[in-house]
Amino acid sequence: MSTHAATLYARRNRKSKFWLALCYAATGFGLFSLFLILCALFYEGFSGLNMAVFTEMTPPPGSAGGLLNAIVGSLILTFLGVLVGTPLGLLAGTYMAEYGRGSKFTTSVRFLNDILLSAPSIVIGLFIYEIVVAPMGHFSGIAGVFALALLVVPIVTRTTEDMLLLVPRPLTEAASALGMPRSYVITKVTYRAALSGLITGVLLATARISGETAPLLFTALNNQFFSADLNAPLASLPVIIFQFALSPYKDWQRLAWSGALLITLSVLILSIIARVLGTRKIAK
Amino acid sequence: MVDILAESKAFTTVRKDQRERVFKAFKSSDGFYRFITFSAALTILVLLGGVIVSLVIGSLPTFRAFGLDFLVTEAWNPVSDKYGAMAPIYGTLVTSVIAMAIALPVGLGIAIFLSELCPDALKRPIGIAVELLAGIPSIIYGLWGLFILAPFLQAYVQPALISAFAPVPVLSSLFAGPPYGIGLLTASVILSVMILPFITSISRDVFQTVPAVLKEAAYGIGCTKWEVITKVIIPYTTTGVAGGAMLALGRALGETMAVTFVIGNAHRISTSLFAPATTISASIANEFTEAVGDLYTSALISLGLILFVITFIVLALARLLLMRAQAHV
Repeated sequence: MSTHAATLYARRNRKSKFWLALCYAATGFGLFSLFLILCALFYEGFSGLNMAVFTEMTPPPGSAGGLLNAIVGSLILTFLGVLVGTPLGLLAGTYMAEYGRGSKFTTSVRFLNDILLSAPSIVIGLFIYEIVVAPMGHFSGIAGVFALALLVVPIVTRTTEDMLLLVPRPLTEAASALGMPRSYVITKVTYRAALSGLITGVLLATARISGETAPLLFTALNNQFFSADLNAPLASLPVIIFQFALSPYKDWQRLAWSGALLITLSVLILSIIARVLGTRKIAK
Repeated sequence: MVDILAESKAFTTVRKDQRERVFKAFKSSDGFYRFITFSAALTILVLLGGVIVSLVIGSLPTFRAFGLDFLVTEAWNPVSDKYGAMAPIYGTLVTSVIAMAIALPVGLGIAIFLSELCPDALKRPIGIAVELLAGIPSIIYGLWGLFILAPFLQAYVQPALISAFAPVPVLSSLFAGPPYGIGLLTASVILSVMILPFITSISRDVFQTVPAVLKEAAYGIGCTKWEVITKVIIPYTTTGVAGGAMLALGRALGETMAVTFVIGNAHRISTSLFAPATTISASIANEFTEAVGDLYTSALISLGLILFVITFIVLALARLLLMRAQAHV
């Protein structure tokens, strides 16, 4: 009997060890794929990176050049996208966390906002095409800005609501007790207390849209030449990467890798800053 | 004395005036702020409604021309203006299902590792690494898939699979045909790596909500670590894990750039996983700017509508499950 129990226990232990080993293997697989992706990106990206990438325009097939117009285009699109999207998200998040806290309306807005948050970005592109590009009759930078702004809104709304809800109640109650109306309490006390959290949200949104490609394909389109005109098609790094990577030309493919490296680095830097700000908030 | 009294009286009335003015200003500014924040929240609903309405309007010509047959027709021919959504829908579902089949066990494994096995010193760095994986833009995955993964699969994995499964009756047709490198399988592998971090981070978060007492009680009656995980932790967190998985599925269904690079963009349904295929989002990304003619554009918008409806259902389910998991805690 006791030997039977002992073998049973040994079997259970072996089974446990076997499955746990698979968990280690899974973690190894995850880390290994991240390592492979970053290795390829840094190797290919840095080997093609030189000053020309930042100073010259995108070249015609078969000749050398840079990504200047795409970099400028991406900066314009991302900056304006955040600029347009952030206020809306901030205000909506404020309503949900303050005036409409716990109401049915807030619950349903939060639910639908979360769906918008993970909705396929290409569908957002189609929507902007329908309401901006089609009536205007041509592709334009401004359509790209709206598409990106629409991706910013749900992220900022979500983080704003979460961060405002973290502000300690006694703080706002003390402000209210001084006779401040709600709007003053929100703008002068709550926002200030939650500032680093709010900035985190905006940074996360910036990181998210700076690599977005799908909604730009048929809104901002692309432009081989330097342009800062929002009423005309505008080049952007992701779209250039897409076009160049699928081309048969070696020069273009090399530029695509360099562009990919630039995007990834900026996304990583933005997320690191966001993380540092976010943890500081929690540490308080 | 009288002077002072008179002054103070005047002062009181002035102060009263000021008070009322300030009070009014406060009140109106508060009303104003309430109004604009409410409008902003309402705008989100309007935007979502706008997306649905515009997609429905855009896809009307297609459904008028082909009816519901659009959903079950495989043909996709811009020359003769005949369109069917069967092949992209098939591609979308197959790539997502395979991606989930790979990513779910691996993602849960990593989550178990992070919450139960990992030494404390490594928890943060590995957690950050997983989140880095989530932060990489999808176009980078596409680029990597096209230049690194696809040639690798083409040279080593696909020929091996083809010869290994050649004598097996059903599986031989799944792994048949020339190894192109790009196709359904490659797209699925890329997708699985992309959605891995979503599954991992949500599962890890819900695993951490399991009360220590429950685990300790299980260890106390002699359970092995694996038994604690499968009989206590996972049953306790099923709702949350399912929610995370649905969220990841929603991502996989709608993912565009990573798939577009490696799917091959062929509007046909083949049994082989090595064959080039297409997904809804890849078709739209590849063809939309080149679409000439209203019907072609409308067919692509209809694909977008179908994708939106599918992901809406999946994501709504995911949020409901996650909300229930949160209430449970």
